[in-house]
Amino acid sequence: MAKSIDVTDLSIYYGDFLAVEKVSMTIEPKSVTALIGPSGCGKSTFLRSLNRMHEVIPGARVEGKVSLSGQDVYGPTVDAVSVRRHIGMVFQRPNPFPTMSIYENVIAGVRLNGGRLPKARLDEVVERSLRGANLWNEVKDRLDRPGSGLSGGQQQRLCIARAIAVEPDVLLMDEPCSALDPISTLAIEDLIADLKANYTIVIVTHNMQQAARVSDRTGFFNIEATGQPGRLVEMDDTTVIFSRPSQQATEDYVSGRFG
Amino acid sequence: MTAVNAPTETPTETDAAPGLESHRHLGTGATWGLTGAGLAGGALLGLLAGSWAVGAVAGLLLVLVALPGVSWRVEGARRGKDRAFTVVVTVAFLLALLPLLSLIYSTLTNGLARFDPEFFTSDMRAVLGEGGGALHAIVGTLLITGSATLISVPIGIMCAIYLVEYGKGRLARMVTILVDVMTGIPSIVAGLFAFALFSIFFGPSIRFGLGGAVALSLLMVPVVVRSVEEMLKLVANELREASYALGVPRWRTIVKVVLPTAGAGIAAGVTIAIARVIGETAPLLIIAGSTTNLDWNIFEGRMMTLPVFTYESYMIPGVPPEPGVDRAWAAALTLMVIVMGLNLAARLIARLFGTKSR
Repeated sequence: MAKSIDVTDLSIYYGDFLAVEKVSMTIEPKSVTALIGPSGCGKSTFLRSLNRMHEVIPGARVEGKVSLSGQDVYGPTVDAVSVRRHIGMVFQRPNPFPTMSIYENVIAGVRLNGGRLPKARLDEVVERSLRGANLWNEVKDRLDRPGSGLSGGQQQRLCIARAIAVEPDVLLMDEPCSALDPISTLAIEDLIADLKANYTIVIVTHNMQQAARVSDRTGFFNIEATGQPGRLVEMDDTTVIFSRPSQQATEDYVSGRFG
Repeated sequence: MTAVNAPTETPTETDAAPGLESHRHLGTGATWGLTGAGLAGGALLGLLAGSWAVGAVAGLLLVLVALPGVSWRVEGARRGKDRAFTVVVTVAFLLALLPLLSLIYSTLTNGLARFDPEFFTSDMRAVLGEGGGALHAIVGTLLITGSATLISVPIGIMCAIYLVEYGKGRLARMVTILVDVMTGIPSIVAGLFAFALFSIFFGPSIRFGLGGAVALSLLMVPVVVRSVEEMLKLVANELREASYALGVPRWRTIVKVVLPTAGAGIAAGVTIAIARVIGETAPLLIIAGSTTNLDWNIFEGRMMTLPVFTYESYMIPGVPPEPGVDRAWAAALTLMVIVMGLNLAARLIARLFGTKSR
């Protein structure tokens, strides 16, 4: 199930523009890794390169190595589509499919991949995923209603349920709470703590308290100036990053004295 | 206890914060009264001049002067201008609506005379003078337009998918330009194209329904491409990303996520395209021909259509002319009813299969 990710000297380009330069890190299985840093420092780009989602943008390419428990994600014979089946993703804005009901949204990954399962098995997947996303009790009586009728926080948890329904090894979260209110944010953070038992989680966040609350390890990204590539300044246990980081820039950032 | 909270003084205009102007307001009654007075004045002038057109124009002009004028004096300059533009916009709306209402009215009054069962159950074989019907034309129109839809909708949707999801660079730009050019093709040219194409294979006397369908689809494809393209562009990119992130390949994302999300809009666009071509006369006159007989075979033989039937019944009504003219109006009415039905069907489809929100 949960797998580790090893990144070695990863540089990410958009066309000729170097967006992220030479990042190396190791992400342990069944842990929560938070990526923090100012806007535009490339942390989202880095996150999306882990499951090759950035390839959707024309001209995007990478140099360096990403491996999932030893298997090269960018290997010449590796299919980007199968990478994404192993490394799921949750986005900043909740994006349930508007033509589908709650039930259909959860099994979208199974069904859209052409999988045919008997109804009983699908029911099982839906209940397990919705329970996993802590949403089951709120929606179990209205599974046939459209997913877009839920509140923002519920929609985001529906998206998490949809992502874990295909049983990925790793779950990437790109600022999953930035469009949500504090109550919904709390619900998602509790959920992240639960999900840690089964999944490797990487979360990008602007909220440093959130990083401190949910993560085991924290990586700090920074850029020197606009137009310069983003770099991983420091990565360490979250408690270390927020109490006695080794880099001055990290300390300035986490203590709010940045810039 | 309310006395404690009650204000010690009733607020007056002098209590208003400095700089906030207060003004008098023209009520609903006064507004409508002024409008009515203006129109009545116009009607009076029209009676004096002996022309209803003079009356209508004078009435509208009077309202345009009276209502904003009074409002300017009573309510101030800004509200006066607001009234003036409200009147202008309303008049423009009425002017746009007028031809439509007149058209519906005259088609109904003239067309109902022969809008009877016989009209829908018989063709024009061996009919001279009264009687006869447009069954052959209705069947022809449905067959030819249906085939044109079958040809152009798949081509149009796939072309739009290419432009939105795959097309990059020179080829996509060229396709876009070609589609724009095709939108402007005169329908007679489309008919001549189909005729020229099929006379290569079947000789210059070729007339058949499918040729008409090809001509119509030439007109339909660009309309379908344009409207579907717009609808696909409206589908949020986040939905595509959500699908990719689940490990769904691109083509499945398009088929299962993008197209259903845009489904209602696509259905509406296709209906508009059908409505655009169902009334075409010129191309069908050339390639589908005209006949008095019912023909179910689209691949062979001349095929009558409602627009051509209307045209011929009106231009060559026979002696005496009244039955032919009545049939022409009834056919026009039938065509309008079909288009109306299509529009309703599109709305129904949009409601049934559209994005669910609640």
